[in-house]
Amino acid sequence: MAKPKVAFYWCASCGGCEETVVDLAEDILKVVEAVDIALWPVALDFKLKDVETWQPGEVAVAFINGAVRLSEQHEWVRLLREKCPLVIAFGSCAHLGGIPGLANDTTREEILANKYHRSLTVDNPNRVEPRTACTVNGYELELPLFWKDVKPLDAVIDVDYYLPGCPPPTALVAQAVDAILKGALPPKGSVLAPEKSLCESCPLNETKPETLAIKEFKRVATSTPEPDRCYLAQGYVCMGPATRSGCGERCIHGNMPCRGCFGPTPGALDMGTKMLGALGTLGEADSDGTAMALAGTLADPIGTLYRFSLPASLLKRRCIEKEEAL
Amino acid sequence: MEEASFEPKIVGFLCRWCSYTGADLAGTSRVQYPSNVVAVRVMCSGRVDPTFVVKAFADGADGVLIAGCHPGDCHYLEGNYKAMRRVPMLKNLLSQFGIEPARLRLEWVSASEGEQFAALVKEFTEQVRALGPLRWEERVAALSESA
Ligand code: SF4
Ligand code: SF4
Ligand code: FES
Repeated sequence: MAKPKVAFYWCASCGGCEETVVDLAEDILKVVEAVDIALWPVALDFKLKDVETWQPGEVAVAFINGAVRLSEQHEWVRLLREKCPLVIAFGSCAHLGGIPGLANDTTREEILANKYHRSLTVDNPNRVEPRTACTVNGYELELPLFWKDVKPLDAVIDVDYYLPGCPPPTALVAQAVDAILKGALPPKGSVLAPEKSLCESCPLNETKPETLAIKEFKRVATSTPEPDRCYLAQGYVCMGPATRSGCGERCIHGNMPCRGCFGPTPGALDMGTKMLGALGTLGEADSDGTAMALAGTLADPIGTLYRFSLPASLLKRRCIEKEEAL
Repeated sequence: MEEASFEPKIVGFLCRWCSYTGADLAGTSRVQYPSNVVAVRVMCSGRVDPTFVVKAFADGADGVLIAGCHPGDCHYLEGNYKAMRRVPMLKNLLSQFGIEPARLRLEWVSASEGEQFAALVKEFTEQVRALGPLRWEERVAALSESA
């Protein structure tokens, strides 16, 4: 029997997801034994026109990592969707927008102004900015359009499954590949990870009291958590209550409160407000004044509560239209 | 011209033990108040997941009112304190998104405070009217690529 062919593609991402594939180590050899890699731009040179020649179904599955922000990424993922019966959003960015999705807290104009004009290390007297088309020495050059916002993969194409995490742990990837090869996949649209919250699998869970008396929120930037006591109980915003389990409690073992890369717990419509609800049960405040003081210590609510999920949140992005352009 | 005829859409999450009964009383006592608030009966102000509030704004509400029992009177003892802690955090979050915090209001209304409920609705409706329509979906669309 011919080996099934798979494709890996990347959009707006950091490369960490590709690293996970490499980190499969000996398992990658098993994967390579079981499948043929038909596309993997990080390792081998492929062009869009190569993919255009594929027969529909010839490549069984596309693993796509990264959020979508460029017209070029949109073009690639649409083509992969057209050709592959199975599309898997691989990693937090494809799943929910991820870290690049935090750009939805500002506007395209602000980003271009900072990058091309305001930054102290930029010298740009002619006020050059990227354009989608220009002519240089008689050659017509094209650049992809930098979109107004960042989108998760399922906002632009139909997605069959999600592999969560920044990056997804190798064990989950190996399990998913196994399930695909055996044809033992759960219902379409599933997130290929456990159905419980991180707190339920956290080694510090037994130190998490029912009610916590938090007077203020602390930040890891300015103080260090004790390693053996629930971080939330210490006043750090640990996203465990609102985050899906399955990562192996990686950050917890590294003395870092969870930032929420695995995305919301099953059924939660919005990760940030789910966490905010949990935070409200914990504080000690029992008057308007103390409640406001507590709220005041929660720095950068969007960045903290939606670090990996802003474009997939109910409100999707910040909308301040009148931000002056420069 | 459109602003002049603007009728704010307000979602009111009312605790069934106090505030919803208070709203009922306002009705049965025939106190006049604006019909802008669509009441959603909840078991307790502590049951109002901040997700409900954000979903209301995302789906077209111009304002959200949460009303519960006075502190000390919650039937589940602590629920209204949870609401009290959540709302200021939620207001900070909304304001970072670009939604005026004054579009969200938390108030205590007991079962016997029909008059007060009517006055609150009247005042809050005017407050939201002054802020104008939120039009969240439209604003997001204007700052998003249509793909
Ligand atoms: S809040 Fe964080 S540290 Fe505490 S039990 Fe949950 S995951 Fe573990
Ligand atoms: S602890 Fe949280 S942020 Fe860290 S890897 Fe796990 S889910 Fe991601
Ligand atoms: S029962 Fe009314 S606020 Fe809790």
